[in-house]
Amino acid sequence: MDNKKGYLSTFLNGIITENPTLVLFLGMCPTLAVTTGVVNGIGMGLSTTAVLVCSNIVISLLRKFIPDKIRIASFIVIIAGFVTIVQMLLNAYVPALSSSLGIYIPLIVVNCIILGRAEAFASKNSVGKSAFDGLGMGLGFTCALVLIAAVREILGAGTFAGIPLFGESFQPVSIMILPPGAFLTLGVLLAIINVIGAKIKNKKKDTDTEKEGI
Amino acid sequence: MDNLLVVSHSPHVLGNSSVRRTMLDVIIALIPAFVAGILVFGYRAAVITVISVLSCVLFEWLWNKILKKPTTIGDLSAIVTGMLLAFNVPVTLPLWMVVIGAFFAIVIVKQFFGGIGHNFMNPALAARAFLLASWALAMTTWVAPHTAVPLWNTADVVTSATPLAAYAGTEGTVTELPSYLNLFIGNVGGCIGETSALAILIGGIYLLARKVIRLRIPLAYLVTVALGTWMFAGHDGLFTGDALYQILAGGVMLGAFFMATDYTTSPYTPVGQIIFGIGCGVITVLIRVWGGYPEGCSYSILLMNIVTPLIDRVTAPKRYGASKKRKEAKA
Repeated sequence: MDNKKGYLSTFLNGIITENPTLVLFLGMCPTLAVTTGVVNGIGMGLSTTAVLVCSNIVISLLRKFIPDKIRIASFIVIIAGFVTIVQMLLNAYVPALSSSLGIYIPLIVVNCIILGRAEAFASKNSVGKSAFDGLGMGLGFTCALVLIAAVREILGAGTFAGIPLFGESFQPVSIMILPPGAFLTLGVLLAIINVIGAKIKNKKKDTDTEKEGI
Repeated sequence: MDNLLVVSHSPHVLGNSSVRRTMLDVIIALIPAFVAGILVFGYRAAVITVISVLSCVLFEWLWNKILKKPTTIGDLSAIVTGMLLAFNVPVTLPLWMVVIGAFFAIVIVKQFFGGIGHNFMNPALAARAFLLASWALAMTTWVAPHTAVPLWNTADVVTSATPLAAYAGTEGTVTELPSYLNLFIGNVGGCIGETSALAILIGGIYLLARKVIRLRIPLAYLVTVALGTWMFAGHDGLFTGDALYQILAGGVMLGAFFMATDYTTSPYTPVGQIIFGIGCGVITVLIRVWGGYPEGCSYSILLMNIVTPLIDRVTAPKRYGASKKRKEAKA
């Protein structure tokens, strides 16, 4: 059942072709809730990446011991353990970020990306590949969060990572950092990405048919 | 030469009504309110309306151009949206905000969902809600009628309370309420197109006479607001509210005749339309009496827009011969 892909393509798979947020639509709750600022997006993304890499490694190591019937419960226990560690580390070293992310750090436990990768990848693949998959998926998630957060922060607050971008006369579009702004940004971004994806596919098809013609 | 023989499903008898003709009727019906807005608030009301209409049409044209679709500005619906948007903002609003509101109404609310006939809520009202959430201060800067408002820098104008805010007592500086006559002809503060009940009634009667709208939604809406405010909006307990004042003040007149009756976002069935009107009225009263805003007309219509498909499903007429028993027997 081992994945035939190499390490690099497993890694890139998570960032581009199967980006958890923009392609698989997993982990929508933190995506919409914490993307009010770029700093929050990076913090949330990297915390999730850390948990994802660790849990993927451990679950992959234990994949032959965990009985099939209680696998979900076992995965959750392992994930919860790593989330607790991350939460305590954040609390100790970056308390400001920890308090602005709030409940969404403990909620990483039930993030579908992590459970999804445990179930779909780590429980069937070798330790090395699982680690790369976790890293790729986690960074893909981080990229998506930063992208959404950048749009929302620049429009909704006129700043990027807290640094003001425009003069004082700029009146920010406050709705963009309110909940509706999250849905608007995500929807428009998904539309743009789908258009680009469709164009790339069409081009590939065209070149393929040309080759066949020759 | 046109095709004389049209092969299609029934109905085979065609009237001469069209989207364009309907929209033209709505535009004609909005003219009195437009004139009243200019008379009450001065030339800047006209500037805002023109900019709003032009940018709505421009965005619709651009959208069609960029997506290489046949242009749809000929159906005049973008002009209606532009006028309604302008009528729903205060006269002091900076002009660039009007353009952004038009962009939101046309591109995001209307075209993203498939253009005319497919929008799930009223574009003009959604844009108003968008502007209110983004620039709350600019959207609630009301001036007294006949105040000279500069074209560009409007931040320093002398503000006054709208009739509804004065009634609710949220702005303590104004204690004297405007008279019924002033409310009726529109000599009060508020959004550009909502102040004059008289002008809106003229337009509404024109639409009713042309059979563009039916009386069901406006009547159900206004009666519900009147009953609800009479019962709950009084300062001396139940059944002391000033229903006439509540109907004439604020945006319910404009909302009831021009925005709640939008074909795309209101139910098709007669019973559904009455439910829709009552629902709008109930939400308006809830927001006015207990909510944080003095006026809730736009939100009430937007919320009922969202439940419109459900109302249509519940009130769909039964097919002839279809009965519950037979359905169950089949199942």
